Amino acid sequence: MKYAYFPGCSLKGLGRAYEESLLPVMERLGVELVELDDWNCCGATAYMSIDEKQACVLAARNLALAEKTGPHDLITPCSACYLVLNKMKHYLKDSPEMRTVVQRALDGAGLAYGGNTPVRHPLDILVNDVGLDVIKEKVVRPLTGLKVAPYYGCQVVRPYATFDDAWNPTTMDRLLATLGAEVVPYPLKTKCCGASLTGTLPKVGLRLTYILLREAARRGADVIATICPLCQFNLDAYHDQVERRWGPVPVPTVYITQLMGLAFGLPAEQLGLNRNFVRMKPLPAAPAPAQSK
Amino acid sequence: MNTNSRNGDIRIGFYICHCGRNIAGVVDCAAVAGEIAKLPGVVVSRDYKYMCSEPGQELIQDDIRERALNRVVVASCSPLLHEHTFRNAIEAGGLNRFFFQMVNIREHDSWVHTDGPAATAKAIALARAAVRRVRLHCALETVRAPIHPDVLVVGGGITGIHAALTLANGGKKVFLVEREPSIGGHMAKFDKTFPTLDCAACILTPKMSAVRAHENIRLWTNSEVVKVEGYVGNYTVTVRRRPRYVNEELCVGCQECIEACVFKEGKFPDEFNVGLSKRKPIYIPFPQAVPQVVLIDRERCLHFKTGKCKRTCVEACADRHAIDFTQKEELVEIKVGNIIVATGFKLFDAGRIPQYGYGRYPNVVTSIELERLVTSSGPTGGDVLLRDGRSPKSVAFILCVGSRDFRTNRWCSRTCCMHSMKLAQLVREHTDAEVTVFYLDIRAPGKGCEEFYDKSLKEGIRFVRGRVAEVTDWALREEEEGKLVIRAEDTLAGVVRRIPVDMIVLAVGMEPQADAQDVRRLFNMSCGTEGWFLEKHPKLAPVSTFTDGVFIAGCCQGPKDIPDSIAQAGAAAAEAMALIDRGFIEQEPNTAYIAEAECSGCKSCIPLCPYKAIGFDEPTRKARINAALCKGCGTCVAACPSGSIRQHLFEDDEIFSEIEGVLTHA
Repeated sequence: MKYAYFPGCSLKGLGRAYEESLLPVMERLGVELVELDDWNCCGATAYMSIDEKQACVLAARNLALAEKTGPHDLITPCSACYLVLNKMKHYLKDSPEMRTVVQRALDGAGLAYGGNTPVRHPLDILVNDVGLDVIKEKVVRPLTGLKVAPYYGCQVVRPYATFDDAWNPTTMDRLLATLGAEVVPYPLKTKCCGASLTGTLPKVGLRLTYILLREAARRGADVIATICPLCQFNLDAYHDQVERRWGPVPVPTVYITQLMGLAFGLPAEQLGLNRNFVRMKPLPAAPAPAQSK
Repeated sequence: MNTNSRNGDIRIGFYICHCGRNIAGVVDCAAVAGEIAKLPGVVVSRDYKYMCSEPGQELIQDDIRERALNRVVVASCSPLLHEHTFRNAIEAGGLNRFFFQMVNIREHDSWVHTDGPAATAKAIALARAAVRRVRLHCALETVRAPIHPDVLVVGGGITGIHAALTLANGGKKVFLVEREPSIGGHMAKFDKTFPTLDCAACILTPKMSAVRAHENIRLWTNSEVVKVEGYVGNYTVTVRRRPRYVNEELCVGCQECIEACVFKEGKFPDEFNVGLSKRKPIYIPFPQAVPQVVLIDRERCLHFKTGKCKRTCVEACADRHAIDFTQKEELVEIKVGNIIVATGFKLFDAGRIPQYGYGRYPNVVTSIELERLVTSSGPTGGDVLLRDGRSPKSVAFILCVGSRDFRTNRWCSRTCCMHSMKLAQLVREHTDAEVTVFYLDIRAPGKGCEEFYDKSLKEGIRFVRGRVAEVTDWALREEEEGKLVIRAEDTLAGVVRRIPVDMIVLAVGMEPQADAQDVRRLFNMSCGTEGWFLEKHPKLAPVSTFTDGVFIAGCCQGPKDIPDSIAQAGAAAAEAMALIDRGFIEQEPNTAYIAEAECSGCKSCIPLCPYKAIGFDEPTRKARINAALCKGCGTCVAACPSGSIRQHLFEDDEIFSEIEGVLTHA
């Protein structure tokens, strides 16, 4: 199983822990990720709303690079990249004018884009390509007793609900159950994390972050599992500000791939778990470390 | 051009209709009349404001007499609308009714074009074609065929029941076919009806028993129509009668077998109570079911599943011997002259809008589920209860679930506003709950309905205008703990509200039945884009279809309430009776015929005929067409290798001269 890999800026920066956990987990599952050579900005949600044409050109260059590497699907772990690249594909399909703009720009760079490369999220690939059975086989340290609130964020299911339901996605729920975790019913699974409002309009943004943390705490979750760097950042980095304003909401937020790594028996320090502001407690009733093989 | 064809001296009258401004607003009618007047054989050419009016028709008749016309062409609207009118007029004027040709310059010209001169040129071309064609017309006679007096009614809801009773009371024999094991349909599940709040069962069940008792009605439940052949006045219908494993003639409905069943308690979802209660494998759909006959659910019965059952039901039935495990499916063929389709609707599946939480939150129910809860004969004996048995302190209704929504169904289901207000009033009657209704617009146009809305407001039911965004159970404030929370924009107050409640009722809309397309094909009907059966004319022929002798009534044609369904049922019955009482069907003489001298007897036409109208005459070794069966579809005419099949009104030379007329730029 081989995929072209588009990390995007987050996975090399703020969301480094996502890449640090994604790569060993995929390796353990026998999935090969080939990072695009000379990739650039995905087009970015903010840029998309200011200049759609420029943003589409940026996005299309990445897909053109992917097509050059071979007939593999493109994996994009960051939800924003996933959305922008898919949105660009829709724009190109629906608008001949946009096609002309993008083609002309790519021509100038000696590239071409055929429009065929599927842009996919790791959650989709893990559950639908790799399969829960295969994942289950790799679990050596089941997350038994760990209460997890599955939090998807908005961008993987809206507006394009391709691999899951837009209102009540369940892919991560099933994945977590496979890892042995106890899945907490979490009705806010696709609600807004605060997005960039935490920085621009903190009064509004922080309240949204607070609602998510509070409900997870109220439902007794030990940890929130997420798949989006911005969600993870808001819930983790603004945690102290939320607590200062509204009182304790003692729930850390980690990437699903970090939980998978733990279940696969990978050491916590290799999974970027030490990068969290709000640290995850050791797994409940952890058995004695296994003898090295 | 040869003006003197096989029909001798031709004297044509041409008339172009203004149709008020409908045609004259685009087409220069006087110019068309002037142009056509120049054609050979045209004796009179006139334009007139309304040709279909009495003076318009008299104009033609006077000309026939005074100017010795022997052909008439009228350029006006669609022949579907007025061909009969003008044929009758020229017949009354003394000509054979087929010495006539109609030109459609309204639907085919003025209504679809805005360029006046071009539309006028098109009208001239079409009129020229008709003038050329009509000179070749021959005198023809219409054919009369007898009509079978029996009627088939498909669907035993309130619509089918009323149609069947109306016909039967008028002395017609009716076959009433119902798919479910009892008649009664959706209405049988209702507690009270709006806006009068009279008991639904008290007005429905007497009609159901009347169906059972009526000497003119043959009632077949648990049955479906599987094949329809023939044409108006003469349909052959095949009905599949599924086995109930209980002999309908022998069962008296004592229900002792149900009592005796090895299942001590009901175990399977009860269809009538929409899954809110359980039934046994042997059951009667509901206490007032018609027929009062039990049935056995083959999928659930131990005898059928394992073969190892003590068959206590058979024991209980004793000497009656009504239980018959050997019953087989039966195909029955019947002959009828008319068919009334009243197959109803299905309710929108609330699970299709996941943000409303149906199926996820147990206290989110549909309107039909609440209907069963408020009914005294329902699973809770009329108590409105939450799933844990508590009485709700607050209930909210969400309107337009699966209606007026471009993501699901765009139409208004017409009854849900009133139905919800009725349920809201009943909830207030049965509990002390606060009731809030979330609506887009309140639509209460029926008789007494606005007054009912007024009463709801006065009784303290709260109305919030706005489509609900979601139903959730995450709490933000203390009073929301343990409740369902509705999030909605209140578009009158201009604020976003969070309203915590105990129970949420989704007012699910109406949809075409899941198999509406199959039923449409079965009866050769059309559907609109939304899947409802299409009436022949939305105003003037609301219960007719494009297939003569097939009528539609009730919700299969579109959402409607009980009074409207009953009105359509009566209308369809009257339309069928009008055909039956005339006693015959008049058939167009546009039938195919064999030019015997040229027929080689190859038989290739025989299997092609969809109406089985072509036979083979062994002594002469020629094909023979039965004009009474021929519907004039033209398939055999086109297929005959030797060109020896012709068709009245569609002779080759008629069609070719029509084409020449369009293409001649004279």
